[in-house]
Amino acid sequence: MRPSIAFAAIRLLESAGYTVVVPDSQTCCGQPGYNSGDSEAARALARKLIAEFESFPHVVAPSGSCAGTVKVHYADLFADEPAWRARAEALAAKTFELTQFLTDVAGVSTVSGTFSGSVTYHDCCSGLRELGVKAQPRALLDSMPGVRRIEMRDCEECCGFGGLFSVKYPDISGAIVQRKCESIRGSGAYAVALGDLGCMMNIEGRLRRSGDELTEVIHIAELLAGPDGEGG
Amino acid sequence: MDIRSMHFVERVRERLDDDELQRNLKRTRGRNAASRAAAVAAFSDFDAVRQRATEIRRSVLRDLDVWLERFEAKATERGATVLWARDGEHACELIADIAKRHGVRTVVKSKSMVSEEAGLNAALEAAGVRPVETDLGEYILQINDNEPPSHIIMPVIHKSKEQVSELFARVHGTPPKTDIEALTHEARAVLRPEFLAADMGLSGGNFLIAETGSVAIVTNEGNGRLCTTLPRVHVALTGIEKVIPTLEDLSTLLRILPRSATGQALTNYVSMLTGPKHAGDPDGPDHMYFVLVDGGRADLLGSEFEDMLRCIRCGACMNHCPVYQTVGGHAYGWVYPGPMGSVLTPLYQGLEKAKDLPHAATLCNQCGVVCPVSIPLPELMRRLREKQVERGLRPWSERLALRAWAWVAGRPKLYALASRIGVRYLRWLADGRDRIQVMGLAPGWTAQRDFPAPAAKTFRELHAERQRAKSRGGAR
Repeated sequence: MRPSIAFAAIRLLESAGYTVVVPDSQTCCGQPGYNSGDSEAARALARKLIAEFESFPHVVAPSGSCAGTVKVHYADLFADEPAWRARAEALAAKTFELTQFLTDVAGVSTVSGTFSGSVTYHDCCSGLRELGVKAQPRALLDSMPGVRRIEMRDCEECCGFGGLFSVKYPDISGAIVQRKCESIRGSGAYAVALGDLGCMMNIEGRLRRSGDELTEVIHIAELLAGPDGEGG
Repeated sequence: MDIRSMHFVERVRERLDDDELQRNLKRTRGRNAASRAAAVAAFSDFDAVRQRATEIRRSVLRDLDVWLERFEAKATERGATVLWARDGEHACELIADIAKRHGVRTVVKSKSMVSEEAGLNAALEAAGVRPVETDLGEYILQINDNEPPSHIIMPVIHKSKEQVSELFARVHGTPPKTDIEALTHEARAVLRPEFLAADMGLSGGNFLIAETGSVAIVTNEGNGRLCTTLPRVHVALTGIEKVIPTLEDLSTLLRILPRSATGQALTNYVSMLTGPKHAGDPDGPDHMYFVLVDGGRADLLGSEFEDMLRCIRCGACMNHCPVYQTVGGHAYGWVYPGPMGSVLTPLYQGLEKAKDLPHAATLCNQCGVVCPVSIPLPELMRRLREKQVERGLRPWSERLALRAWAWVAGRPKLYALASRIGVRYLRWLADGRDRIQVMGLAPGWTAQRDFPAPAAKTFRELHAERQRAKSRGGAR
């Protein structure tokens, strides 16, 4: 959808002195299956991801919900398989959401982004409530001289995306995201930054549908990393 | 109470189109959450007490039979009669028998959600006994043609004072009033003679205390105290899971229940009732009964849903739920709404009757975070989704789509190809614009919002191109 987000994440990690590898065979962490109650499908994809990533010292995702699936839920999938459970727990211990990794592990305190303007940050549910991502993106935003950070009302309230929830119950989801959009607009910020692609599509889609062509919706990775020298 | 949870989607549509309800929801939205937040912030021990409360409830469930037997022995020793009900229907039979035995014609009721589970009012009426709800909210609902509650502790939160005013004027034949205090006084004037004349008082029970054989009732209106002390007969109706070992445990739970529920440090009334009136007591009922209902609870013991039995019915989960705050409690279709209801309804009424409820959540976990006894509500909803998949209760289209997705995601080359095709298809749909406004695959989504058009190439394509360029550069 937005390859520029992943490239921005790579730039941030490389600037922090890390070598970034994207395993060729990686696909999906299995979250849609897990949340839909299809644990068999989720387990198969979890095994695949564990095998692909467990040899690396750190695993970083520019998405709170993907990181949360690996970090919080994988071990539960293998309740009856001790060997896999141990591997899942080992992987969980070294898996991080992007801003969490940059601040808590890499000790990054300045970033290359050149964004100038007011920004409000939406706390995505998984990042906030599964991983405790709250202070990290704000600290990084505050390190950018051009960014003026404004808190929106109810910044911790869900945007109503919820994965397949938004497809199964679009009316409820639409009413919830409408409130989120009102909070964003109410903050008066020029842009809303966030750390999850699902929430981003939902919020951007609703802002545009409701006639707001101005409020910029930007992934935290892109905001922090700044424009991509290579384009794309 | 009859279940209507199978019609969740239709009921949601009606609620979303109900302008008056939407105005009322908007008016109260966030209010309880803010009260709770203030109470928690003012209470330095909150996390520690929450942990302790969780542990009390968890440990009592491990030996529930033992604590119930101890409770029964103590309550009996103090002169009360303990009756066990298999389910709501059985509870109604037992209570109708008690009414018959004591020649009861009128019952004053303080709030009891278990009586809603059981459909007690209808059963009493059928037995020729007149039930009178005395909790203000429940009273409003009863005189409005037995409307069901929409919240477990604020049953009438879906109504405005104007609606209540209109209802009172119509039913009481009085001039309309919009002042809440005046409305309350009007209800009080109607209810006071009922308290004095009633033969039986029926209460719920927030907690049963095993070491003393008492029931504890937490209220704000004082009606509970009148119901349990004035009439000749007191029946406490509650679920078997409500037992706790000691008064010390009660004090812990009382520090967390009102703060979580209404943001109060303490409710206006906490009543402890132990046995009937003894010789020398100035007041109290002549007879006291406990009707303790299973109704699906025992089946949860030792199961992967046992955590749900810790629930102390504070309502914090629904006060913080984006879905409940959008559709209100009636949409859920049975006694318990919001996250706790989305778990309890399928467990007590059958998964096939409430297929939507475990899915009607974004799994945002706001409920799990605020739960005073740490019930992992989103995880329990997810497990109910698993049960539906296992029992083949999901629509075939959804099952097929998930299977197809999992199959493709297990094959990296195919997944990359599918992503490339998907991106190009979406761009074709976007037709040069930065967004898609009508999408056949997810019509619901695009009815509510645009779908942002994806970039021209996938990350994998671009990443591969860059890696190739880099290695060429490196070779030079």
